[in-house]
Amino acid sequence: MNGLLAADHLFDQGLTLAVFIIVVVKVVVAFAVLMGAVTLMIWFERKAISDMQSRIGPNRVGPWGLLQTLADGIKLFFKEDLIPAESDRFVFKLAPYLVVVPAFLIFAVIPVGGSVTIAHHTFDLQVADPPMGILLVLACSGIAVYGIMLAGWASGSKYPLMSSVRASAQMVSYEAALGMNVVTVLLVCNSLSTRAIVDAQGGSFFHWNLITTGIVPFFLFLIAATAELNRPPFDVVEADSELVGGFNTEYSSIRFALFYLAEFMNTITMSAVMVTLFFGGPAGPVPNIPHIKWIFPILWFTGKVVAFCYMYIWFRAALPRMRYDQLMDLGWKKLIPASLAWMLLVAAALTSWRWALIVLAGVFIGWIALTQAFEIGADRELSDASVLPSIGQRPLPGRVLRRMTDGDAPLDDEASDEEVEA
Amino acid sequence: MNLLAAVTIPDVAIFVLSAALSLAGAVGILLAKNPVHAALSLVMTLFGIAVAFIELQADFLAAVQIIVYAGAIVVLFLFVIMFLGVDKREDLSVEPIVGQRSTAAVLVLGLMASIIALGFIGHFEVGPASQTAELTGGAGNVADLGRAVFTTYLFAFEATAGLLVIAVIGAVVLARKPEAKATAAVVEEGEQ
Repeated sequence: MNGLLAADHLFDQGLTLAVFIIVVVKVVVAFAVLMGAVTLMIWFERKAISDMQSRIGPNRVGPWGLLQTLADGIKLFFKEDLIPAESDRFVFKLAPYLVVVPAFLIFAVIPVGGSVTIAHHTFDLQVADPPMGILLVLACSGIAVYGIMLAGWASGSKYPLMSSVRASAQMVSYEAALGMNVVTVLLVCNSLSTRAIVDAQGGSFFHWNLITTGIVPFFLFLIAATAELNRPPFDVVEADSELVGGFNTEYSSIRFALFYLAEFMNTITMSAVMVTLFFGGPAGPVPNIPHIKWIFPILWFTGKVVAFCYMYIWFRAALPRMRYDQLMDLGWKKLIPASLAWMLLVAAALTSWRWALIVLAGVFIGWIALTQAFEIGADRELSDASVLPSIGQRPLPGRVLRRMTDGDAPLDDEASDEEVEA
Repeated sequence: MNLLAAVTIPDVAIFVLSAALSLAGAVGILLAKNPVHAALSLVMTLFGIAVAFIELQADFLAAVQIIVYAGAIVVLFLFVIMFLGVDKREDLSVEPIVGQRSTAAVLVLGLMASIIALGFIGHFEVGPASQTAELTGGAGNVADLGRAVFTTYLFAFEATAGLLVIAVIGAVVLARKPEAKATAAVVEEGEQ
């Protein structure tokens, strides 16, 4: 217990009333800011997307439709709360909280600014700075998987179940790539604490981890994070044309609102995590103006996060959804090997250039072997030995059934169907 | 008595909380009739243990406990449960194997009796009670752990890694069907 507290300089003089009040205020402010940010984010997303699609978007409630989210929220609060008869009632009620709580928790370890001094207490502008800071982010996204998985299962309905199986498979697979890129950052920064990671990037633009890790990990992390968020172009979880509405189809009222909230909150927090890991967090030039100097790091941080949020919105407007097997191929066959290879390279380069050359050669050999293996695997995919043919070639269940009952299935119309598809 | 001198009220509170969480989860696993509920109880136990790790200043272990066990392994358990469609309430009124329950009761009683008997008969050499202290001089949890794993315990670490690779390859071999006649035949016809 003492070890945890010692990490934060706020507790240097012990836990006094003033310190306690500061901690409570920090928590409340973080909560309120995050809620406000989510409201604005939803509005921003709807407005930006409608602009990109030559629509007007929300413009009725409040100036420029700013209060639209609030109105939606109030509507959802007062809607009837339905629980399907086939559902597992306890798990059905539990699932939304398993999604929302981790989304809030992640934000607790994000440094949003420098340090300020109030009433002789100097403290960092972040709710908590645990020694394993960045691992908390990974742990929380691990827990969020449960929310989505159990929501689909507890609904007692088949489309949500399929969606939740997809979602959890996707999130668990991409978590590996995500984690490996975090390790690359940790190798450069020498610490797990988010505050130390940000401090290590404090110097100038060239000290940002974007540069020091060699740019590649950032893009790998970005792809993995987008998949982890289930956002377009990786939103197979809510592929409307295949799955009705995804894992939350059976949810209504406040429980649905919680899922919706968590989705946008995760977008914001993941943007913040990316800013922290690769873009120096609150780092940036600070003009030496007395009294309001502390506000500039916060502005830098906010600006960077908003830029990332806008990028996610742009993704949604510009990119078509990936097919599920393409998504899994990208994750397992490209992202994970690439992250691993770059991690090893960075580790070797930090030791000496000789090691870097050796590991580079090793990575090259590994890359050739892997490509070869994928080619052999691709040939095998269509042979008898394969577990299942790839999705395009797989016979539809109805066709297999007809073959079993009628013997000779009329293949003519099937063949013509396939020609059309090809 | 001075063993307890460094223990503060928050320490005790956290220990009681984590112990209660772990035990409640463990009992839940045994009593839940639905396999999904049992898996969730397992998550609760893992959580309780993670809290205990944090109390012991093993932050890294706590995080790994959540990321690996709760975030990956139990998710896979749930996967299997959902895919196999065994997520139904089980009927426990019929014994799956005849005589299983009575045998289990006898064995448990025997085990308990022998442990108690050993406690009365046996004489154990007990050293001074072990005591943990705060980490000193190290570069923190991760650095110390990493150094230990890659120097002192390198052989055990590599052996574990090898074992895991063998397990993965074994799983891949087992998952491959030797012949997939029914589907393959239809695929071939479709290709013609």
